[in-house]
Amino acid sequence: MNDLPLPRLHLLGDAALLCDLPAPATLAQQQRIWALAEHARQWPGVGETLPGMNNLTLTFDPTAIDLDTLTARVLEAWPKLSAGAVEGRLVEIPVAYGGEHGPDLADVAAHTGFTPAEVVRRHTAAEYVVYLLGFLPGFSFMGGLPPELATPRRAEPRLAVPARSVGIGGEQTGIYPLVSPGGWQLIGRTPLELFDPAAEPPTLLRPGDRVRFVAESVQT
Amino acid sequence: MIAIRRPGVLASVQDLGRHGHRQLGICPGGALDVLALTLANRLVGNADREAGLELTMGGCELQFETDTRIALAGDDFGASLDGVPIWPCWSVPVAAGQTLRLAGANAAGTKKTGVRSWLAVAGGIDVPPVLGSRSTDLKAGFGGLEGRPLRKGDRLATGVSTLDAAQRERRPFGIRGPDWGPAEDDGAIALRVLPGPEFELFTLAAREQLWGERWRITPQSNRMGSRLEGAELKRKRGGDMLSSGVIPGTIQVPPSGQPIILMGDAQTTGGYPRIGVVIRADLWKLAQAPLNGRLRLVQVDQPQALAAWAGQQRYLSQVAQGLAAAGWPNAA
Repeated sequence: MNDLPLPRLHLLGDAALLCDLPAPATLAQQQRIWALAEHARQWPGVGETLPGMNNLTLTFDPTAIDLDTLTARVLEAWPKLSAGAVEGRLVEIPVAYGGEHGPDLADVAAHTGFTPAEVVRRHTAAEYVVYLLGFLPGFSFMGGLPPELATPRRAEPRLAVPARSVGIGGEQTGIYPLVSPGGWQLIGRTPLELFDPAAEPPTLLRPGDRVRFVAESVQT
Repeated sequence: MIAIRRPGVLASVQDLGRHGHRQLGICPGGALDVLALTLANRLVGNADREAGLELTMGGCELQFETDTRIALAGDDFGASLDGVPIWPCWSVPVAAGQTLRLAGANAAGTKKTGVRSWLAVAGGIDVPPVLGSRSTDLKAGFGGLEGRPLRKGDRLATGVSTLDAAQRERRPFGIRGPDWGPAEDDGAIALRVLPGPEFELFTLAAREQLWGERWRITPQSNRMGSRLEGAELKRKRGGDMLSSGVIPGTIQVPPSGQPIILMGDAQTTGGYPRIGVVIRADLWKLAQAPLNGRLRLVQVDQPQALAAWAGQQRYLSQVAQGLAAAGWPNAA
């Protein structure tokens, strides 16, 4: 693995460093990003680590670690990281598909050319990986949607997507933790809380976790 | 207890922010002007971490049910305590039953310069900490008082103050407020900015416009971000960006070409190119910059940004030393 591309480093303001990897985004690169995050959290002067898609942002205290030192540490650590260092958990997410819980299941079926039942079968057959959390507390950006289920976002975003709705937006699938505006196609809903500020940890999913959707019911 | 008689446009409980949870999608939030809240806290003998109130556009009325001491920082909106004016960065004794009033933004005779005020009360606002902070996350609906803006009729408890009775009743005193720097000829507020990771993605013209424009702060601005209006910042080429971390101060440019400067309640990751990032030492100026006011963005490098930060820390040390020399408790 000597030809492993190095991250391009760039300041994000005076106290954060962006480590950006060359395209394309792959699971192997993302696994190294999680591993770098785990590592960097132990370094004195580093505050938070925030994985993006194919990148990692580190906040740091410039009075505790200067930029040159931090840069050197990242570049030194990167080639030694093991992609398997972060072992995610397998999380099963029960979903009530279709009907009032998934009002756009029929639209996804029409777009993909499958029956609603076949959309559900394919959505539940895949295993997904949480690449990162962002947008809302507990909102995960997942990879692994079967390409044939990709469906464009709705032309008119909803002003209030119900909490715990499972949706498809372009080539991604995800779950809305909270009521929020959103343009994804809603195919179902889970009874699980994705975000509970009183819980430890407060989110159901974390970067690196693997996810399976389990059909609790299907209304077509 | 503090009774909210009128909350104004938006009043919420805020402290220094909820840190350490960005990778779970949880924004730092907190007082948009941390410097103001810190000054106000120190003026009433509180530790820096205590929660205060962030008040927006004045127009509020709060009644204190017990003897206490308060300090206001940021814009004062013609603040008065039972009709007696009080000024920003002053520490003022309050007797049970007294009412603090901030005039509305359109009240005649008040000079309107800013947009927000931060109020500290001896002992701090006592709401249960959630994920290590008392700040209200208005978008996700947790923290602060029931995760929501304050409403008429709300009553807020305060924590145990470090002040003894003599200190609490001491006559009002004030400190020098933070330095805005040299005024611009046209009244614009200058914010120092480091070029962002996608700076080079923009056309040469756009990069020059970023520094040359007098950006107007539109009224569509809020705790998530300040939306600016001015020249259209064009990219050399289109194309999607992958989700990537953003922090308060990040200047992102959506397809409209009109930049948004993200603030404390912004989401943790974004997908728009980041043309620049406002330095930490100037974020407080953005938090206080008035709607429809003008901003000038000034390019600096990291050493300059760190020098500005060090200068702000020096000012805070001077405040702490001055207060200690005057026999004021230092709970920081």
